[in-house]
Amino acid sequence: MSDNGKCEDPRVHDIKTKIRVVPNFPKPGIMFQDITTLLLDPKAFKDTVDLFVERYKGKNISVVAGVEARGFIFGPPIALAIGAKFVPLRKPRKLPGEVIREEYVLEYGTDCLEMHIGAVEAGERALVVDDLIATGGTLCAAMNLLEHVGAEVVECACVIELPDLKSTAIRTIKLFSAGSAIGHLSLAQSKECVKFLLARSYVE
Amino acid sequence: MASEDQRIAKISSAIRVIPDFPKPGIMFQDITTLLLEPKAFKDTIDLFVERYKDKNISVVAGIEARGFIFGPPIALSIGAKFVPMRKPKKLPGEVISEEYSLEYGTDKMEMHVGAVQSGERALIIDDLIATGGTLCAAIRLLERVGVEVVECACVIELPELKGRDRLGDKPLFVLVSAV
Repeated sequence: MSDNGKCEDPRVHDIKTKIRVVPNFPKPGIMFQDITTLLLDPKAFKDTVDLFVERYKGKNISVVAGVEARGFIFGPPIALAIGAKFVPLRKPRKLPGEVIREEYVLEYGTDCLEMHIGAVEAGERALVVDDLIATGGTLCAAMNLLEHVGAEVVECACVIELPDLKSTAIRTIKLFSAGSAIGHLSLAQSKECVKFLLARSYVE
Repeated sequence: MASEDQRIAKISSAIRVIPDFPKPGIMFQDITTLLLEPKAFKDTIDLFVERYKDKNISVVAGIEARGFIFGPPIALSIGAKFVPMRKPKKLPGEVISEEYSLEYGTDKMEMHVGAVQSGERALIIDDLIATGGTLCAAIRLLERVGVEVVECACVIELPELKGRDRLGDKPLFVLVSAV
């Protein structure tokens, strides 16, 4: 469970103010958390990366896995700073080599995440990075991929957390987020993350 | 620190070639194996940063999705903003679009309105230049809002496809030329 909220680093306030909320994207009712405005402020972007690097350096993490596409923006700078490899987790048919895939549940239907075979070795300690955690479905799929090849997922790290979802799927994910945002959550999404949590418990 | 040539040799050998992807006859240049070698990945970024750090560049524009991997570390090191150039309908705010040709049909590239200011100096980053179509679209998008594109930078060039010529007067800098 997230341990922030006890003592907020002063840099987090500026980071939060740089995130733009775009109403009704991608569809009516959703308040989209847009990190592109954060990337326009070099100091705030650097502070974001620094917060993660300070937390993870010296923890023997050899893999930073970033979820396509916004995880590609935050993951590599963290990987470079802590001396870890960067592993892109991609939508289907983007990675050119042999892959393993993990299907996960969306509000309507399913999607898939893929990872190159051989990118990660058994016993490696990994971080998963994405810009935002909503229901946790994507992060769970990412964790499954890494655990499937024998890596240990030390933590999932996101810039933003939608805290309404805290009590469900996120329970099984050790999560660190740089800032919390108020997010809109529809009933359909709640059901989806409960379903995902149950599926994961069953597998274990 | 190793010489430029030594670092480039290691970067080049870290890139994996995958035959017949995404379709028969294409030799795909896979940079994901480069990303698995922390020193080679760092050297890649350093080579770009060394070239651009004193050039007053305030914008690094990265092309979705592999430009997102190389652009941000460069931007962070030179103190520039990072601007993602994306496929249609991915950016949530108001955008400007530029259409460009594919082998069959067209595609579109988008950038957020207000991300860049007229008069800013920009770098465009992608992992690879093939025909140059995508880079040209990015150049046009930035120039339409009054930005000066200083250079396009890629890890890999496929020289046979003559992308460099297609960029016209815009300079191109690459680390590896793939034959």
